[in-house]
Amino acid sequence: MKTASTTVAGIGSGKRKQNQQRFYLSVHLLFILLCVIVTVPFIVIVSASFTNETSLFRDGYGVWPKQFSLDAYAIAFANSKQLIQSYMVTILATVAGTLLGLWLMTTLGYVLSRSDYRHRNKLSFYVFFTVLFRGGLVPTYILVASWLGMKNTIYALFVPALVNSFYVLIMKGFLKSIPHALYECAKLDGASELRIFLRIVIPLSTPAIATVGLLTSLQYWNDWFTSILYTDDSKLQTLQALLYRMLSNMQFLSVIQPAGLDSSMLPQASFRMAVCVLAVGPLLLVFPFFQRFFARGLTVGSIKG
Amino acid sequence: MLALPAIVFIFIFYYIPLYGLVLPFKDYNFTLGFWHSPWSGFTNFEFLFNSNLVQIVRNTAVMNALFIVVNVIVEVTTGLLLFELGKRSSKVYQTILFLPYFISWVVVSYALSGFLDPDLGIVNKLITALGGQPILFYNEPKYWVLILVLCHVWKCLGYGTLMYYAALTSVDPEYYEAAKLDGANRVRQAWHISLPMIRPIILILVIVSIGNIFYADFGLFYTVPQDNPMLYPVTDVIDTYVYRALRVLGDFGMSAAAGLFQSVCGFVLVLLSNYVIGKISSDDKLF
Repeated sequence: MKTASTTVAGIGSGKRKQNQQRFYLSVHLLFILLCVIVTVPFIVIVSASFTNETSLFRDGYGVWPKQFSLDAYAIAFANSKQLIQSYMVTILATVAGTLLGLWLMTTLGYVLSRSDYRHRNKLSFYVFFTVLFRGGLVPTYILVASWLGMKNTIYALFVPALVNSFYVLIMKGFLKSIPHALYECAKLDGASELRIFLRIVIPLSTPAIATVGLLTSLQYWNDWFTSILYTDDSKLQTLQALLYRMLSNMQFLSVIQPAGLDSSMLPQASFRMAVCVLAVGPLLLVFPFFQRFFARGLTVGSIKG
Repeated sequence: MLALPAIVFIFIFYYIPLYGLVLPFKDYNFTLGFWHSPWSGFTNFEFLFNSNLVQIVRNTAVMNALFIVVNVIVEVTTGLLLFELGKRSSKVYQTILFLPYFISWVVVSYALSGFLDPDLGIVNKLITALGGQPILFYNEPKYWVLILVLCHVWKCLGYGTLMYYAALTSVDPEYYEAAKLDGANRVRQAWHISLPMIRPIILILVIVSIGNIFYADFGLFYTVPQDNPMLYPVTDVIDTYVYRALRVLGDFGMSAAAGLFQSVCGFVLVLLSNYVIGKISSDDKLF
């Protein structure tokens, strides 16, 4: 595309070239503006977390701390018990949920993609129907909370969301591109079905697995709803649920419980933002590196078929 | 055999909840359990229709429709522009625009409160600096249509843009070269080549979202307005209503009735939109 445009521009007059440069410049400017708009909210949070509380109350939020202060972080670190606990819960739920979910979704997607599987169409519909029609929140809640007895257990945080039918269909779409002859060959060599799956399917589908895995883990990591829905115990609070409770509850002292501090002395607004930075920051530094997998996944899985 | 665990899983977590279809017709009692709760006929639905069903359904559908329209326009435009810039120079922009996708709505709420806080928010500081009266955003429903749309675009922009951009990069460059030889300018190329080429993906995405129009993004409507009752005229959607009826009021029957209403409407809508697409171009049919 780029080479083509330059050759054509070479043929064109100087004015045309100038026009083109002006066009690129304005598009770049537009995108720079967009990027500023996208990043400013993050900067506001970070800046507030580094601002002295009295200054924050006098001058309000901004993009740059007027009076730099690390107080909020000092207090957050001194009372990091809940934060660490939440980190543990979130990591545990994310890892367990992603690994188990990937296993379930890949196996199902694989079976659906095998053209020699007799009930393929029926099973496909069985999966697809759940995308179309859902029982809803209340029956699910009763199922998980009372019938399966998962209320206030760590299982409630990841088990109900293990299989996403949509991702199963993405998997299926991708696995379909593996030539069937490969399976035939392996079978002739005497490989069992499980062996075929482990030795052929999984290595060949790493891009799809990586994509679905990242989408799933992101979903678990950012999940606060399941946590506030199924757990009342602060020991089982995920990071996002902790943030949510702090947001909705002005008395978040009870959530994070700083020891030996008068509540009036506590820098509220900046402290809140500091916890937010601590909870989200590490992830934001890590995830963009995997962005290409997200991008690839979007092109990989045409959901059709 | 290999898929058995997943099949069982889907049965438990997707098909068993379908028993909930009869739940709205019961006077559910948590201690009595599902089987022993008495039947109640249509009382739950009567309650629902007499309360603010119209409002929550309207909010859900209208807000989602706005999201769909605004998102498609903005994302396709940025996708096309990004494509014009070429691969190398658009990389940085892609990464930055994608950032909001990684955070949850809770974090968005934190950022938004930095802007809209009645005393400390940036917007009100600007307004007072310019000599105006501060606006109590969290008490005024009229601003929230715009705020919610902006938040939604802000968060989804990178993802959608990338999706269209990815679709554009798979277009055969020969089309553009041919068009250039014929003297087509940039706008014409975008209009006559790029847009038709990504039309299938636009259609599919729009249809999927239309099918989901009765499912609101819970995080957006619940945490971003901070569950403020004064904003309910605009921000209360089916999902938040169901959640409140369940966890705050403990009214299982009514909550389930609203949920059932949502499921049925959504189902009909998906079938309908799929049918419509089949009429326009049968290739893009979803199933």
